[in-house]
Amino acid sequence: MILVLCEATTTEEGDEVLAVPSRQALTLARDLPGASAGVAAVVVDDGEVDVDEVAEDAGRYGAELVYSLEHDLFARYGPETWGTALVAAISEAGATVVVAAGTDRGGEVLAHAAARLDLPLVANVTEVRSDGEAWDLERVRWGGSLLESARLESDCKLVSMLPHAVDAVALDEPEEPELVEFEVELDESLARSCVVDEVVTSTGMSLATAPVVVGGGRGVGSAEGFAQLEQLARLLGGAVGCSRVATNNGWRPHRDQVGQTGTAIAPTVYIACGISGAIQHWSGARSAKHVLAINTDPEANMVQKANWAVIGDLHQFVPALVEAIRARLRSPSTPLRSTHASHVVPQSSPARPRGGRHRAGGHRPTGRALRRRRAHRHGSRGGRRRHR
Amino acid sequence: MRILVCVKRVPIPGARIPVTADGMAVDDALLGHTMSPHEECAVEGAVQLVEAHGGESVVLTLGSADADEQLRYAVSMGVDKGVLVETDGGDWDPQRTATALVAAIRTLEDEGGPFDLVLFGNESADAGGFQVGIRVATALGRPIVQGIKDVEFGGEVADGSVRVQRPTGSASERYELPLPACLGVREGLNLPRYPTMRGRLQARRAEVASTAAHDVGPGGQSLLALQSPPEQVSTTEIVGAGPEGVDRVIEVLTELKVLS
Ligand SMILES: Cc1cc2nc3c(=O)[nH]c(=O)nc-3n(C[C@H](O)[C@H](O)[C@H](O)COP(=O)(O)OP(=O)(O)OC[C@H]3O[C@@H](n4cnc5c(N)ncnc54)[C@H](O)[C@@H]3O)c2cc1C
Ligand SMILES: Nc1ncnc2c1ncn2[C@@H]1O[C@H](COP(=O)(O)O)[C@@H](O)[C@H]1O
Repeated sequence: MILVLCEATTTEEGDEVLAVPSRQALTLARDLPGASAGVAAVVVDDGEVDVDEVAEDAGRYGAELVYSLEHDLFARYGPETWGTALVAAISEAGATVVVAAGTDRGGEVLAHAAARLDLPLVANVTEVRSDGEAWDLERVRWGGSLLESARLESDCKLVSMLPHAVDAVALDEPEEPELVEFEVELDESLARSCVVDEVVTSTGMSLATAPVVVGGGRGVGSAEGFAQLEQLARLLGGAVGCSRVATNNGWRPHRDQVGQTGTAIAPTVYIACGISGAIQHWSGARSAKHVLAINTDPEANMVQKANWAVIGDLHQFVPALVEAIRARLRSPSTPLRSTHASHVVPQSSPARPRGGRHRAGGHRPTGRALRRRRAHRHGSRGGRRRHR
Repeated sequence: MRILVCVKRVPIPGARIPVTADGMAVDDALLGHTMSPHEECAVEGAVQLVEAHGGESVVLTLGSADADEQLRYAVSMGVDKGVLVETDGGDWDPQRTATALVAAIRTLEDEGGPFDLVLFGNESADAGGFQVGIRVATALGRPIVQGIKDVEFGGEVADGSVRVQRPTGSASERYELPLPACLGVREGLNLPRYPTMRGRLQARRAEVASTAAHDVGPGGQSLLALQSPPEQVSTTEIVGAGPEGVDRVIEVLTELKVLS
């Protein structure tokens, strides 16, 4: 049996569905060696999630069975309580493979389970190539900048999947998963690491999903220098990002940092001003669909990666661009100063690996009733099943 | 209070990551070395907490003798002591690493008293396993939360707990962990200081303890080969830096529909 730890989310229409990375993890799981023994989704019932709706969605992505883990402590997230619950589910299901999406929570909960079971866990896997008992797999290091082939030898194999490494693909004929409510026994002292409360920190546009990102690096030169980038970002409906040099100099808050230890962005266009394009920066920008570099150095890595590059001083070019856009917005009919009708715009850039966000082609639920099983009580170690 | 920080020595690649001919390691012969930015913030956090509450901070690394450089860097930032758990420098998997770190931490605690906090990076810069801290904390029976960007003690450590926050997009989760506790720290927790000249001199003279790693042998995950991802070739159109370049960029932005 393959277990897939799943996270739920609510769509704009108010439907409860699996988060995209969880759908991707299920998609990957159905093709793994051992899938013939069945694929089960595991959801932690926090009291808010609509387990029925989520189970139905899991069925569309290949789950034949859905374990809903139940305990009063699950109302609040806790890496230790959730990790312990996953351990119980693994033993209940007799799982030989456990997959989670490598999200903040998915990766963390799986690592807690691995630690408790003292089993190996391979993180950020992109592909599994089985080789019988041992698995050969591909994973990423350095925030995606280096590929590793690794071997995993273990009776029970734990892998977290790099989000967006595979597309989520719904089955043509959805499964009708059996829903098993599994009441977990927990040591109450593990409540020590549960969330106490949440504070809302920002309501502005998120860098991760902004359609345009205007990034600034050492070349911007000062905190004040970012004013022109902010104006440009505002005019384009985008967000400001930065390099680690800008963060370390105190010019920008760390939440603006793009890169391996910052945020991964995936805009339609990334306008990189005065950023050299070090690999740790690029690892957060590689999903940008197009790149425009503004840099004094034609040899800069960012210029090499860019679709368009302005070789010049950003302090002259950016204000001029802002002024021209403003003029255009004031009188949209004004023709450009010089026309480039003959100029060929490169079609969308060559495919960038893992580019963009892949929307899963899910369709609306058809209201199919879920089969439920009266779980017989049996003294399994981790807890007991309850019929709902 | 006593605080331990675990850091890992890694190379600093530039535009690409060079791999050795046998594909088994990053070719770092021509590269400088550092620790992960997450870990640098953990070091700064430890120094600040000891400045505010008194006590002692210790930095621990498992790696080759060369990792002495990262320990001394942490000392130059204000950490009191460095400890090297020495290996042959090969690629140790997460289980093997965690087991050796646990053994070293137990020894340090036997000798100098328990650590109130053990800080890790959220993930190492090179291997990125997202797990060594969780394995160590679990073996020690202590709570750990990853992704921490805010650490606070309510004036006194006396209440025996630490308040921490982890950002989740538009919100921040707050946790209150009883001490002793472990934390996986993210860059952004603070702005790490640049070492002063005095700090650097102190670090050069500082005593760095070194012990052989307690080695249980490889775990279930092993490295087969490293490889750079395929180059993303894109043809770059050079746009003029003058007014005609501005027009061209506007044209491009319009075609991309980010400007109407
Ligand atoms: C483990 C690790 C993790 C890291 N994580 C990150 C990360 O998440 N994000 C990140 O950004 N970095 C990260 N770094 C740092 C990274 O290695 C680089 O040091 C950093 O990205 C460089 O920032 P920069 O491009 O602004 O500066 P530089 O590399 O100094 O480049 C400045 C660029 O600006 C250009 N320039 C200068 N003046 C002008 C001007 N007037 N007009 C136009 N162009 C100009 C120059 O030609 C140059 O190309 C990490 C490093 C390590 C070791
Ligand atoms: N060799 C090591 N020596 C000391 N600490 C380490 C070592 N490897 C990993 N760590 C710590 O564990 C964290 C997570 O590492 P990883 O599981 O490799 O992502 C790192 O940020 C370090 O704090």
